[in-house]
Amino acid sequence: MNIPEDLQYTREHEWLGKDGRIGITDYAQEALGDVVYVELPEVGRVLKPGDIFGVVESVKSASDLYSPTGGTVIRVNPALADHPELVNQDPYGSGWIMELAEPAGGDLMDAAAYRRQVGA
Amino acid sequence: MDVPLIFERSRAGRRGVVLPPPENGWVNPEAWLPPELVRTAPLGLPEVSEQDVVRHYTQLSTLNYGVDTGFYPLGSCTMKYNPKVNDWAAGLAGFADLHPLQPEETVQGVLTLLAELEGGLAEIAGMDAVTLQPAAGAHGELTGILMIKAYLAARGDPRTTVLVPDSAHGTNPATATMAGFQVREVPSNARGGVDVGALRHALGPDTAALMLTNPNTLGLFEEDILEIADLVHAAGGLLYYDGANANAILGRVRPGDMGFDVVHLNLHKTFSTPHGGGGPGSGPVGVKAPLAPFLPGPRLVKQNGGWGWNYRLPQSIGKVRSYYGNVGVLVRAYAYLRAQGAAGLREVADMAVLNANYLLARLGPQYQTAIARRPVKHEFVISAVPQKHRGARALDIAKRLIDYGYYPPTVYFPLVVEEAMMVEPTETESKETLDRFADAMLAIDREIDASPELLAEAPHGTVVSRMDEARAARQPRLVWETSPRPGEARGNQGGH
Repeated sequence: MNIPEDLQYTREHEWLGKDGRIGITDYAQEALGDVVYVELPEVGRVLKPGDIFGVVESVKSASDLYSPTGGTVIRVNPALADHPELVNQDPYGSGWIMELAEPAGGDLMDAAAYRRQVGA
Repeated sequence: MDVPLIFERSRAGRRGVVLPPPENGWVNPEAWLPPELVRTAPLGLPEVSEQDVVRHYTQLSTLNYGVDTGFYPLGSCTMKYNPKVNDWAAGLAGFADLHPLQPEETVQGVLTLLAELEGGLAEIAGMDAVTLQPAAGAHGELTGILMIKAYLAARGDPRTTVLVPDSAHGTNPATATMAGFQVREVPSNARGGVDVGALRHALGPDTAALMLTNPNTLGLFEEDILEIADLVHAAGGLLYYDGANANAILGRVRPGDMGFDVVHLNLHKTFSTPHGGGGPGSGPVGVKAPLAPFLPGPRLVKQNGGWGWNYRLPQSIGKVRSYYGNVGVLVRAYAYLRAQGAAGLREVADMAVLNANYLLARLGPQYQTAIARRPVKHEFVISAVPQKHRGARALDIAKRLIDYGYYPPTVYFPLVVEEAMMVEPTETESKETLDRFADAMLAIDREIDASPELLAEAPHGTVVSRMDEARAARQPRLVWETSPRPGEARGNQGGH
């Protein structure tokens, strides 16, 4: 399972990059199965850590997305509207979900701690 | 052996019925209608003969799979056999040919039946009053939660939050949201029940209700139910019983005695109405006496020596269904109750639980439940994680079961179990059927190592083999699209 060292992680399987980018982990996309729809937040929305910012729907279920940190949404991934499968194919790259400006706060884990949580 | 669509059988000019021309000649719509309302594109309807239609749909009907054709262990759905005598009862002219607007004095028979059914369901649920109006389980949930809301408002204590366990049916949080409540999830403990410590933490002055299914979706009885009820009541909230799994407790234990204040029952699951084809269903709701003034109206009352409808209900949440509910389903339920009697209903629960535990024992050690060995109630949830590590997911096992002639169990629910397969055999299956199903499951388990492609490509014998579920969800084609050439129906390959 792919758990990059340079990202931070939440208990709910989101990742946060140093540039404020946010997505779901390889573990999450594997557990969800084929993603068929991603509900994205509005640009400009102000989020607190733990706020629900969207929904990811797979063939199995629909799951809320929790913001790993606080900040203002400055960008969402426009490709997901037509290609939700990017979340499965490249969860840390082209399957990113949103980007926050000046991310701050949140209960975050490093890669080693997240690896322990998912038993990888 | 693909089956063509009715559109693909179409031939230009073919007709089932040839109608004579109108006596006064054809009307030109352009002379009567504004141009934007006049259709210029072809209708695109299939042009077929009567025999084409009869053969097409008769052939499709033979592809149906139901409880009347085979074993249907679809967990959480209670797909049990429904005795035909109850269909006969519902079809009697004295019930089926009535009009709901007939004068009350001409329908005393059906009103007596409805009143007695209310009483019977109240007795089974341990409730004081019952409404038969809701047309389905989720409809019953909404009715129940709206009554709780009205009751709290009347008490001068409006509350904002409904608690649901993480193993709940999706309809529970959906219902609470629909009724205007915030939803808060309560985690399960290691034994598969509600985590009482976490519940204590979640309860507060904002708690309107806890919605609970008991036995829960893991098929496990909530061992701490009395403590849970005390905690919810001490916090000033109410306890809602989701009757989805009532088949497991009939005649053995009553939700009212467990401390529940509001209960819905699914007549189309537990009480003998076939379901799975979209209804009609029925989800009566029972309440304890303090909530009775809030029941939907009208209410059946004894007046002038007969039964009649009372519409003067100042605190009622109002009507939730046209007329009085799905009466045909109610007649079946009444017939079923009278045929079973108290002893028979108890035996239903006993056999449902025995069958589930027998089947689970037969499947071990190849298939195991996620929760450390606990006796289950009427259903169980296998976690196919060991099979996944060997190369076959729950979905593959389910699809392969179709090749063996069975309707597959529910998969990937409840969400708290990884690679979940939820199996509910019901009380109406024989030991021989359970043994054959267990043999098929064990054979499939061996196939995972011996011939994995059998699972990966299953099902093999059906009209449509493995579906691309992701593509179907991402790019659904929901309508037949015709080409512009009139009279010739062709599919449009590029449609969304």
